[in-house]
Amino acid sequence: MNARDSGLTFLDRPNSYIGRSVPRPNARRLVMGRGTYVDDIRLPRLAHIAFLRSPHAHAKIRGFNLDAAKAAPGVIGVFTGADLAKVCTPWVAVLSHFKGLKSAPQYALPLDRACWTGEAICAVVAETRAQAEDAIALIEADLDPLPAAVDMEAALDPSTPVIHPELGDNLAFERTLDVGDVDTAFRNAAAVVEQTFQIGRHTGVTLEPRAILADWNDGEEKFTIYHSFQAPHMMQDIVCKHLDLPEASVRVVCKDVGGSFGIKVHIYPDEMATVAIAKILKRPVKFIADRMESFVSDIHARDHRVKGKMAIAADGEILGFEIDDLTGIGPYSVYPRTSAVEANQVVNLTGGPYRHKNYRARARVVFQNKVPMCQYRAVGHPIAVMVTEGLIDLAAAAIKMDPAKVREKNVIADDAHPSVAASGIKFEKLSHQQSLKKLLSMMDYDSLRKEQAELRKKGIHRGIGIATFIEITNPSAAFYGVGGARISSQDGCTLRLNPQGGVIASIGVTEQGQGTEAVIAQVVATAVGVPLSDVRVITGDTDTTPYGGGTWACRAAGIGGEAAWQSGKALRENILEVAGVILQAAPGTLDVRDGKIVDKANGNERMPLAELGRVAYFRPDTLPADLKPEFVVTRHYVPKDYPFAFTNGIQASYLEVDTDTGFVKLLKHWCVEDCGTVLNPQLVDEQVRGGIVQGIGAALFEVCRYDENGQMLNATMADYLVPMASEMPDIDVTHVVSPTASSELGAKGAGEAGTAGAPAAVVNAINDALSPFKANVAAQPVTPQDILKAMGKV
Amino acid sequence: MNRQATNLERNITLTVNGERVTRSVAARMHLVDFLRETLGLTGSHLGCEHGVCGACTIRVDGLTVRGCLMLAVQADGATVETIEGLTDSSKAADLQEEFLNRNALQCGYCTPGMLMTAVELLDRNAKPTREEIRDAISGNYCRCTGYHAIVDAIETVAKSRSSKKGTAS
Ligand code: FES
Ligand code: FES
Repeated sequence: MNARDSGLTFLDRPNSYIGRSVPRPNARRLVMGRGTYVDDIRLPRLAHIAFLRSPHAHAKIRGFNLDAAKAAPGVIGVFTGADLAKVCTPWVAVLSHFKGLKSAPQYALPLDRACWTGEAICAVVAETRAQAEDAIALIEADLDPLPAAVDMEAALDPSTPVIHPELGDNLAFERTLDVGDVDTAFRNAAAVVEQTFQIGRHTGVTLEPRAILADWNDGEEKFTIYHSFQAPHMMQDIVCKHLDLPEASVRVVCKDVGGSFGIKVHIYPDEMATVAIAKILKRPVKFIADRMESFVSDIHARDHRVKGKMAIAADGEILGFEIDDLTGIGPYSVYPRTSAVEANQVVNLTGGPYRHKNYRARARVVFQNKVPMCQYRAVGHPIAVMVTEGLIDLAAAAIKMDPAKVREKNVIADDAHPSVAASGIKFEKLSHQQSLKKLLSMMDYDSLRKEQAELRKKGIHRGIGIATFIEITNPSAAFYGVGGARISSQDGCTLRLNPQGGVIASIGVTEQGQGTEAVIAQVVATAVGVPLSDVRVITGDTDTTPYGGGTWACRAAGIGGEAAWQSGKALRENILEVAGVILQAAPGTLDVRDGKIVDKANGNERMPLAELGRVAYFRPDTLPADLKPEFVVTRHYVPKDYPFAFTNGIQASYLEVDTDTGFVKLLKHWCVEDCGTVLNPQLVDEQVRGGIVQGIGAALFEVCRYDENGQMLNATMADYLVPMASEMPDIDVTHVVSPTASSELGAKGAGEAGTAGAPAAVVNAINDALSPFKANVAAQPVTPQDILKAMGKV
Repeated sequence: MNRQATNLERNITLTVNGERVTRSVAARMHLVDFLRETLGLTGSHLGCEHGVCGACTIRVDGLTVRGCLMLAVQADGATVETIEGLTDSSKAADLQEEFLNRNALQCGYCTPGMLMTAVELLDRNAKPTREEIRDAISGNYCRCTGYHAIVDAIETVAKSRSSKKGTAS
């Protein structure tokens, strides 16, 4: 097929796969039940681990009676914090560019104190997991409950116990910002609106729980660690550092990963304990979190209380924002990314899509005796977007202006880039105006407003909510590296041309279902000039892939994709050099298309790649002595011109509130998203849809409920609600395309856009539906009970 | 705890994906663990181990059940089908193909259970509406896709199956 005829050109490459919705080559095994998740791996002498977890939010560990556990059937070993401290050093999660951020040393298993309900305090290894669990039940733990700091609002109160006395207080980090003249702006406003937003503590609930299988081979002095994880090289580095091993002694392999969303990019003490124990026992040890363990040991996310204020002029111009964010992060900052990043993002992002110049912000991050909190999909974004967009709707109502109009009037103009937000973040190119326009026409905003008014007369209460957002993608070293974290912001891609003409690509970015491998294959196939089916992509193996950061913060397509592109171009050049010699033609007159060497001018076939491969690999004797075919190439990429590639977009929700029961029925959801060059439209759309549903979960269902003693009350899948198919709406997604000029491909990330904007769109729609009742909700998740309460019905 | 009770073993014989198997199993072993651990059929997954998420959905005597809620000993004499058997039988090949085409899976962890449920739905209701599809898969959690693509895929297969039937008759 002639690709040009089918309109598939990209960057002048014929038979381009870029921009096409090709299916993911590596997904077939998954629909056949032939994937390999960590728990599917069977090794000789495999032992299983189970943990005793603290029943108290805060307790002194006086000691354990382990006799019965050690004698239990199948038990191989029982380990306490003191045992593991001999082989694994503790860590303190701080970053030097977060001035003042503090935390306490955290051990694989704690030495003398448990700091949250669910913290692993003792480990049993046995021949089967069931035996390990039986033995756990036989441990007598002598625990002395201590007063707990649970409520984040009271964390800084002098009467609240300080969790780590050596740190002085429970304040982990504070950031303030004061830009422009906020007081004057508020004084001159036609209206000032205020609201306190609560963003509930929730968690990722990856369907595959956290999992690790660490296999220490004493003969090779080498670990092979199978890990359900997003960043294998980071894990390798950390295992080396804390178990004092050289890099060559640690191989981390991430095969199929059953969902991650930021949950599987942190260092968990129970996983480090598993690694340390495998080293001690010199055999493979597997830890699979069960669902109840997941709820009390996977990182939690959000848990913010933001007091927000916004000033608006009579003509709808936004004059300024002021926010005060408080967030509780549990007893430790989480290693190595730290737990201060989310609050910092809230400060950076609030008000970000708009032109205003006056902004004051304070964010405080406090310790408490709950599950540690850290980065989860769309870090900080949904909070900043909720605060910004919630205030805008309140302000629109205060000056009696249509909320879409207020946004239209205030977004940074598409032609005003590059630009800088009040918080100081830099935008290369955004498309707020185009996106808003597209959204309003896609949802037929005016008709929807009419329908809403009509139905309201009949006592049917529907609401429309809009949320503009910006998203941080393609992070440079500015994110973590400059702060001293050994987290790679660069990635490499190695390509190898095989004798049959196929290409093997190995790359540092990883796959957890987003379609990373498909996108990389598309880019490589296009750049080299081979059929997609001839490209095989290898990810998730520190022994065989170039060093890289893995997949997080929406970097796989933008950073990994560009490395693959550059590598593909270099391999094509090398191929053409050899082809030129064989064909007696100038390499510049040839091209590689669809697996064949062709004349560049007319596309006439000169030689299949397989013939080139045959000659180069098996009959190099027929080539000139000075020609050295180099069919393995590696290229790396890291964004340098901007610290991040910001993307933008806008979402809208249409829903109906049953004013008798408080139930919310989601009718429809729309998203316009601009992630630059779209490498695979279907994959991008599905990232956006999946992200939106996670955002809807946060808005309506998901919350980790705690009692005043720090016990999580709903730590089961039956009690912690996640979105189910029947309650979710159909979601329309479309795009505006503003490529980044930082790379040739121009791709930015798209994985977090959905989660960033959905909660605000939904909550704004609920408030829109409730507007005849002068009722307003601002605490997520918004439950039917909350709605009835806001309406004064209960 | 009663050690003897937990160590109690029993012989069971059942048909799994068309093959007769006889094994001695612990009385407390769940059917999904038996399939995964004893038989090595790792296509059925565990997401909650208490009957909520649907990742362990399999068919026993033609009905979908949660493999985490049934004991292996209860399957003595039964006919069990897992995703591996479903794949080999090609009965759901069109669904599997459409899940790929429509990208109705991301991490794929929910997918085997989701397919089991979809097969049962389409056996029972050849022309489900989108709402009926959403209801039918409500016991199968998916954390990645947001469900829209899964609903699309099942809908497409239902339509193409009925149009094929239509032209055949
Ligand atoms: S594992 Fe059986 S329903 Fe979740
Ligand atoms: S595809 Fe990941 S849970 Fe459904």
